[in-house]
Amino acid sequence: MEQNSGALKQNPKPNVPIEDRQNPKSDPTVIKGPRKKTKPTQRKVIQKAAAYITLIFVSLIMVGPFLWLLATALKSGSENIFAYPPKFIPESPTLSNFTAVLEYFPFFTYLMNSTIVAVLTVGANLLFCSLAAYPLARMNFRGKNIVFILIISTMMIPFQLLMIPIYILALNLGLQNTYLGLVLPHATTAFGIFLMRQAFLTIPYELDESARMDGANAFQVWWKILMPLVRPSLVTLAIFTFMMAWGDFLWPLIILNDQSMYTLPLGVQSLQGNFSSNWRYIAAGSIISVLPIIIVFAILQRYFIAGAMKGAVKG
Amino acid sequence: MKHRRITPIMFLLPGCIILGAFIFYPMIQAIWLSFTNYNMVQQNPDFVGVANYKELFADALFWKVLGQTLLYLIIAVPALVFLPIFLAILVNQQLKGITFFRSIYYLPVVTSMVVVGIAWKWMYADQGVLNYLLETVGLINEPIHWLTSTSTSLFAVMAVTVWKGLGYYMVIYLAGLQAIPSNLYEAAEIDGASKWRQIIHITIPLLMPSIMIVTIMSSISAMKVFEEIYVMTQGGPLNSSMTLVYYIYNEAFESLEMGFASAAGVILFIVTLMFSIVNIAFMNKREQAMKG
Repeated sequence: MEQNSGALKQNPKPNVPIEDRQNPKSDPTVIKGPRKKTKPTQRKVIQKAAAYITLIFVSLIMVGPFLWLLATALKSGSENIFAYPPKFIPESPTLSNFTAVLEYFPFFTYLMNSTIVAVLTVGANLLFCSLAAYPLARMNFRGKNIVFILIISTMMIPFQLLMIPIYILALNLGLQNTYLGLVLPHATTAFGIFLMRQAFLTIPYELDESARMDGANAFQVWWKILMPLVRPSLVTLAIFTFMMAWGDFLWPLIILNDQSMYTLPLGVQSLQGNFSSNWRYIAAGSIISVLPIIIVFAILQRYFIAGAMKGAVKG
Repeated sequence: MKHRRITPIMFLLPGCIILGAFIFYPMIQAIWLSFTNYNMVQQNPDFVGVANYKELFADALFWKVLGQTLLYLIIAVPALVFLPIFLAILVNQQLKGITFFRSIYYLPVVTSMVVVGIAWKWMYADQGVLNYLLETVGLINEPIHWLTSTSTSLFAVMAVTVWKGLGYYMVIYLAGLQAIPSNLYEAAEIDGASKWRQIIHITIPLLMPSIMIVTIMSSISAMKVFEEIYVMTQGGPLNSSMTLVYYIYNEAFESLEMGFASAAGVILFIVTLMFSIVNIAFMNKREQAMKG
């Protein structure tokens, strides 16, 4: 062990002078004339400027459609929103479209429905996936591999095939227009079990064994020793599941017909039907509906992006 | 580790009940339904053998829809595999404010497809921003009816699928890029390799595992496109933007022909399965060829 870590530590050291030699321009004493001294920095400035111009150009492509929607939502009734060429800046920005659309569009009901469904789905996944992952990672029992393969194989089955029988099943169980009906089909995912199993596998067995010697049972080991250690993976799973539940459209579309149970995506879609071509209201309603997720994303963006990276590497 | 025989079952039980009730049982039932004439009116179905499949293969719309779904795969998947690589390289630079740009590019990913669809429907309007920009640049002379013309609707919807997915795959590639040791680039720089050659000879080969993941993920999700179509075109005009999942949805929940729709669902399952297998085999071969 010690020899290994010593070798690892020593390795980078001889590299350092090599790296310095590799980049002689950065060493001012090597540079001969004043012309060569300014040239690389000039090139760097141009490179940097080009990088920022590209970054901003791509940003415009990525947020442009949202900004155009926002501009439309802010335009007053007297302004022609179909003007050509389009006017990107509203003449006299107003919030009246937002207040008007909120009268017809029960935003807070939809927000509450979406929140309840997302929180319940996340909670169920965190609990059930990490419960199921524990024996798959840390116990030996007959049929373990078969169970694991069966679980993983569910990832290959498209929900779009299952939605018809699940719909019939949900009708028979009286789950239409209920939160339970929205949550249950997504309450456990093979991806979640897989992710949590990987997380449990990285924790040394000695921890379980010493806890067992102190008289802890399997459930206590799972809850008190392992769960706190896999918190980063739990965060990843929570964000993945949240995004899935929050954005889900197809299943709520099928299982809900009572408007008061609508989640945000369904509510926004219904704007298109209710205000057929009143684009000011449609735009205002859409903008209101994305605010919650944008706020959550702004606060937790680090976890969103790190989580997606981790999920990709593991999944 | 010592444990009672029942302990693993206790842990597995809740998750397995849900997977069983909402995946395995429906899976078997879907296959069974595809051999029946189940519909919402007649809930005691008769076994009809392969009649649904016969009807499906005789339906011109099914073949049209299948063709359009494959077109989706052929065009949207390469776009989703390659464009995000350049985005990832772009946001992998050590620059001030780079995390801000990463978040901006990720924004369409966190936004629901319904809002994205509405925003793009508005962009695609005849007198909308897209036509205006293209006219200003001089690429077109008169407005294109993006979503209301049979020749463009599928591609217009496809562009939205790609646009929304870019940020997600960019992040996957970003993880891959950050695992590439930087001294490889330093060595290439000394050898005088241009940035472009560095991308071709270092970045792309070393990114192969991520490329494989993205290819599989984006093909499977391209097979399942639904929301953007539902929000923007409803499959129209004249079914020109309808894909397989939209067809299944229509048959099951608009025409209420659950048995027939299940047969189409089984086809979807077989095609997605084939694509995962072909993808995995193809990528494995390439990876081995690169190593050897």
